Amino acid sequence: MSEIIRKLEMRKITKKFPGVLACNNIDIHLKSGEILALLGENGAGKTTLMNVLFGLYQPEHGEIFINDKQVIINSPSIAFKYGIGMVHQHFMLVPNLTVVENVALGLLGKRIFKLNLGEVRNKILEVSKLYGLSVNPDAYIWQLSVGEQQRVELIKVLCLGANLLILDEPTAALTPQETDELIVLLKKMAENDRSIIFISHKLNEVKAVSSRVCVLRNGSLVYEGKTQEHSVAALAEKMAGREISMPTLKGKSKATTPILEIKNVFAKGNKGTMALDGFSLTVNKGEIVGIAGVSGNGQKELADVINGIAHIESGKILLHNEEITNKSPQKIINRGIGYIPEDRIHEGTIPSFSVKENIIMKDYNKTPLSKKLFLQNKIIEDYSLELIKNFDIKCPDNKTSCASLSGGNVQKVILARELSRKPKMLIASYPIRGLDIGAAEYVHEQLLEARKENVGILLISEELDELLDICDRIAVIYEGKILDILNRDIATKSKLGLLMAGIKDEEKVI
Amino acid sequence: MTDIITILYAAIASGTIILYATIGEIITERSGILNLGVEGIMLMGAFFGFYLAYTTESLILAIVGAAVIGGLMGLIHAFMTITLQANQVVSGLALTMFGTGASAFFGVSMVGKTLKASFEVIPIPLLNKIPILGEVLFNHNILVYCAFILPVIIWFVFNRTKWGLALRSSGEEPLSSEIMGIKVIKIRYIATIVGGIFIGISGAYLSVAYSRLWVEGMTAGKGWITIALVIFANWNPLIAYGGAYLFGGLTQLGLNLQKFNIPFPIILLKSIPYVFTILFLLFISIKGKRSNLPKALGEPYFRESRG
Repeated sequence: MSEIIRKLEMRKITKKFPGVLACNNIDIHLKSGEILALLGENGAGKTTLMNVLFGLYQPEHGEIFINDKQVIINSPSIAFKYGIGMVHQHFMLVPNLTVVENVALGLLGKRIFKLNLGEVRNKILEVSKLYGLSVNPDAYIWQLSVGEQQRVELIKVLCLGANLLILDEPTAALTPQETDELIVLLKKMAENDRSIIFISHKLNEVKAVSSRVCVLRNGSLVYEGKTQEHSVAALAEKMAGREISMPTLKGKSKATTPILEIKNVFAKGNKGTMALDGFSLTVNKGEIVGIAGVSGNGQKELADVINGIAHIESGKILLHNEEITNKSPQKIINRGIGYIPEDRIHEGTIPSFSVKENIIMKDYNKTPLSKKLFLQNKIIEDYSLELIKNFDIKCPDNKTSCASLSGGNVQKVILARELSRKPKMLIASYPIRGLDIGAAEYVHEQLLEARKENVGILLISEELDELLDICDRIAVIYEGKILDILNRDIATKSKLGLLMAGIKDEEKVI
Repeated sequence: MTDIITILYAAIASGTIILYATIGEIITERSGILNLGVEGIMLMGAFFGFYLAYTTESLILAIVGAAVIGGLMGLIHAFMTITLQANQVVSGLALTMFGTGASAFFGVSMVGKTLKASFEVIPIPLLNKIPILGEVLFNHNILVYCAFILPVIIWFVFNRTKWGLALRSSGEEPLSSEIMGIKVIKIRYIATIVGGIFIGISGAYLSVAYSRLWVEGMTAGKGWITIALVIFANWNPLIAYGGAYLFGGLTQLGLNLQKFNIPFPIILLKSIPYVFTILFLLFISIKGKRSNLPKALGEPYFRESRG
């Protein structure tokens, strides 16, 4: 076991990539038992800085000190030797191996020939008992939920003897419940004198978990200080470098004309059970209706059946009084439904295609973008440039592939495509998930703008703040049914929270 | 000099075999379906084309028949891999084995037969007078000329038409494509059948126009070379020209070197194109530039309960 890291210092770290100054003269320090949040928008340099500490990148300038002794970390194995462990945003686990085998893989470097799985299992049990990280050591990774896989990653680095943990956006794929559990866990680790660096752009989490915060913007450290001394809004402003105000809905909707009517719909999910179990809901023109609920209660299937991707067993879906039940996606698109899918990369775009092509993907077969069989290049070119400008999509040019854009800009490409088609109805699934706050602000502004233009909007989300900010009504989905619908004037977090847990009658609980 | 012209002329004629098949395979792969049945489909096309040309003496019927059998084999592959969700590699290999076996079985009666009908050489007026170039390029039969323009047409379809956009997006990201209203299943079916048609035609060109003979297993691995050439061409029909004619040239070089009494085993000379194929692939993987490899190539697309 390596010496405990009582004090870590990174001094004047500078890291350049071709054309980009990823980290510019950054100083950070950390004591044992401390949770330091590294806050910044996408591309601010957080991950780069941590990859320097973990030995994946070599900095141009700068020094690292551990317990006042200068160290040179030029590979992850050396970082391990000093007791630094990193949990990456995308888990580095082998799905077809068990938990024990995965952890043993990490230990292989120490002993080449001897593989004592029993010993590894004991170590896992010991670590999991110490921190309350419950996990079945003999389960295969593919059997585990995302939250459980993360626990395995944590156990892995702890078994390797890490006493400084770097967590790169650990909550990106977690549900709100799993996030809360993780925060409790991290605090417990800190009490045990481990130190933790927590990378995030989610302000609420940073506020909840960290004792100190470093804010990075465009590769520079712009603020460092105690977390509790600043409000969420103040941190957001430091992060974005300008004032951020998440737009909220003002004024009551006068909407009474139904645009989308879902009547008693039953549909099967992936597991073959009824994921939608008698679901009914009406959305009016010029109204934003939120769908709140713990994920896995039928949200995905709901979006799928409305857009014609999945089949309905029974029930009806009407758009503007016309039936669209079990029509093909193409027909539904042409009737005027827009869709912002949950997985913006693999459902919303063709990543290898250019921004230009992605913008026209729903209209390429209509005049004026194509005539007969032929695409009208000149018109497509002008059209895409116009949308890139109107929707403020930041890309080198319209031939850039969507894969190289940030999440916020990919979402803008999707918004540009969907909103410029003038939909009657828009389905938005988790539209700000994983976006930094500036981009989230933009998405919400656009949704409110569309509402003003009389578009009916169905907003599926798990973030109650998001729903309370911009929805006229919030419906809570539970086990494939709407449990209750609350108007915005009476909806509160606690009421929604109870409903999401499946508890309808408040008095009974009290 | 005349030797060089002869070799170049023959390079064009023999490269045409692979060019048709390569274009067919590029179309199929661009939609996301890997068809390893090229060798078998070529052999079936070669046999049926020859059989029809011999029995009916109609060249048009021969080519159409080969196209139909190629399209049918494409349809089988599409049905297996798209509808029944069979593994694309396994289904393709099965087609190759089937095609090799069936063409050999039915072909016994055609061994040693000669064709009466033949594709006439049609010199292109004026162009064929250009020194060297005219002789090499503009003194061929109609199928070779068709192969000259085919890649350009397919490139145009890929990049300038709405079909092409839908085809490419199906091969990249089928789920996104479906959500955006593209009929991925239909497109993949069509692409696999059309690919089969061109591969079938390449077989008929080989037996009816090029060698004018039926020999069991006469493709001699050209189907496999095709699959390598698709990678070499980076799924771009225009680069396929280079690959196909280069391979044709290497084949001819191997044959012609024998004339000069080079003290070198003939078998090894014949292996030149195959050795070069391996070197191509090696070179491409070392160079590692931006690839057009369709992202969803070979991956089954489950619409599961989405039927």
